[in-house]
Amino acid sequence: MKRRLTRRDFALGAAASGALLAGAGRARAATRPIKLGSLLPRSGYEALIGQSCQRGVDLARKMLPEMGYAIEVIDADTESKPEVARTQAEKLIRDGAEMLIGAFDSGQTFAIAQVAEQNGVPFVINIGADPAITEQGYKYIFRNFPTSVMLGSHGLGRFNDLFQATGTAPKTAVLMVATDTFGQTMLKGINALMPKLNLPFQIVDTISYDPQAKDLSIEVAKAKAANAELQMVVTRLNDAILMVREMVKQKYEPMAIISPGSPGMYQTQFMKVLGKYADYAITNIPWLDPKQSLSRRFEDEFNKANPGEVCTLDAGFTFEGFLICADAYKRAGSAKPQALVEALAATNLPDRVMIGGPITFDAKGQNVNLPSGVVQILDGRPTVVLPPENAEKKPVFPVPGWSQRA
Amino acid sequence: MLYLNIIVAGLLTGAVYGLMALGLSVIFGVIRIVNFAHGEMMVLAMYGACLANARFGVDPLRALILVVPALFLLGYVLQRGLINRYIARPDHEQFLLLLAVATVITASLLMGFGPDARNVQLDYAYDSYQLGAVLLDKVRVLAAAGAVLGAAALWAFFRFTRTGKAIRACADNQVGAQVVGLDVKRLYAVTFGLGAACVGAAGCLMLLLVDVQPYIATDYTLLAFITVILGGLGSMPGALLGGVLVGVSEALSGFLVEPSFKSAFSFGLLILVLLVRPQGLLGRA
Repeated sequence: MKRRLTRRDFALGAAASGALLAGAGRARAATRPIKLGSLLPRSGYEALIGQSCQRGVDLARKMLPEMGYAIEVIDADTESKPEVARTQAEKLIRDGAEMLIGAFDSGQTFAIAQVAEQNGVPFVINIGADPAITEQGYKYIFRNFPTSVMLGSHGLGRFNDLFQATGTAPKTAVLMVATDTFGQTMLKGINALMPKLNLPFQIVDTISYDPQAKDLSIEVAKAKAANAELQMVVTRLNDAILMVREMVKQKYEPMAIISPGSPGMYQTQFMKVLGKYADYAITNIPWLDPKQSLSRRFEDEFNKANPGEVCTLDAGFTFEGFLICADAYKRAGSAKPQALVEALAATNLPDRVMIGGPITFDAKGQNVNLPSGVVQILDGRPTVVLPPENAEKKPVFPVPGWSQRA
Repeated sequence: MLYLNIIVAGLLTGAVYGLMALGLSVIFGVIRIVNFAHGEMMVLAMYGACLANARFGVDPLRALILVVPALFLLGYVLQRGLINRYIARPDHEQFLLLLAVATVITASLLMGFGPDARNVQLDYAYDSYQLGAVLLDKVRVLAAAGAVLGAAALWAFFRFTRTGKAIRACADNQVGAQVVGLDVKRLYAVTFGLGAACVGAAGCLMLLLVDVQPYIATDYTLLAFITVILGGLGSMPGALLGGVLVGVSEALSGFLVEPSFKSAFSFGLLILVLLVRPQGLLGRA
């Protein structure tokens, strides 16, 4: 018997077709690659670190599709200048970028954050430590990197772990600190935290210097004259090299050179230029977790793609930035900004590259699961030596003198 | 004794500053052109020495033999082909021309070598001599010795050779020099070549002390200006004195006051000299 099509049947059918079409639309949105705009200082005075981050972008391009994520990356160069970062962010958005990632430096990151917020485009910060970035009430900004306050407190917190693990503690330290925004924010943090952390040493002298200086002989002579047991530093890359070179020349041999969380002493160029004199330098910093399977895979791929380079946190955090974006897009099932922001806020990624618990964000868009490890250069390679659960080797402290290096 | 160490380090670095500024002073003293591409030419020489080291393992001190004539040639061609046409033009046009030359050099270096800092790995890079309580950094001693020798060679050239004397005649009285039949344009080109050779030598020596990257050029142009203005624009001994003064004052102020105050001290010294003796310490009024 032939059944007539009633109005109810028609309504039901239309609803079902609508639902099907909507589902197909969502599926299509999730399978087409999301356009991710990458902003890094690939030229200018931060170019070396920018290139180091870029290796993380290149690995994200290769590894994320293999992990089932669909991404398309558009690269942009901030030229190490905030004003260029701003115009490049605007250009990326005009070119169709649906999420932004960057930008290593706090000044440039701030400029991009303002553009992202104004345009309603989600922005995931790979590296950038100024606490103010996540204190502006921005809705589209997420940071998977510790603030300078977190870096300082976690980094200083590891000093006691190191002294306990090695059974040796210095009584005095001299602090050499760069005069840029990062250095001075760290200095404020160190001065505020030192009395609270019950550290065994006193800072007997603080020497501020220009991180773009071409000669640090006077600064190192002054540090040596302070006659302290420990050399504490907040450096960038070139100044870290100049500093160690001068320390060798001036036969200045403290118990160790330790950074509570600054770039420089774990970077390829530091080891390439200084060779055996780079060994034993210590940085307390978030690092790649040698015990995580994704981290080991990332490092293997990195070594294959970049022979002779050292896999550092720059590449690790940049890769994680892309992972966070790709994961949010996959869960959102849509490239609409609001859906992406909601998905980003709900991020919970236990499989990660860096040391720490799952990647999650607090109400301000800050990941608070970012502890520091103690990373020491051993045999020309940055090696996690503490905490014990992540360590590959035991820490060496006090370190051998310059003339005792093989 | 610590102060003695600091002063000696400042003296040694200052000698290299002096050689670098000497080139600027020679060019201005004779041609009356301010070389705004001075730092860039030094950085070019540093890359030359760096390349010679990377490709052939040549020590920067030996690379002087290659780099100094190359920079002389560059200076000669630049003056002969380009700057001579601007001699009679207003000052601001000359400045713009040399700023353009500076930009071309920096951009070419960026394209050729990229933005990375480069340096030379030397066996003796970390050596130092102990003289009583004074610790002398070997590379700094070598660089300073090279600078003093370079300055002495230049002095001897101007004092004892016919070309040197002819250049001095041009500097004293250009019209007179033309009247007695000197080829002033050729002599200008030789002078610019000599200035460039000086800065080339300073570049090779400076490479012993600092890493090179294209962006450092502007700082050195500025440093050369401070040095020659302190010593007296156009005065050869003044350039050396200015270099030593800048080196020692930076070292002492960095140690006694605050390292980040070093540059402020050099510029403060410059303002003081401009107020009290505008022609510079050894300059002619």
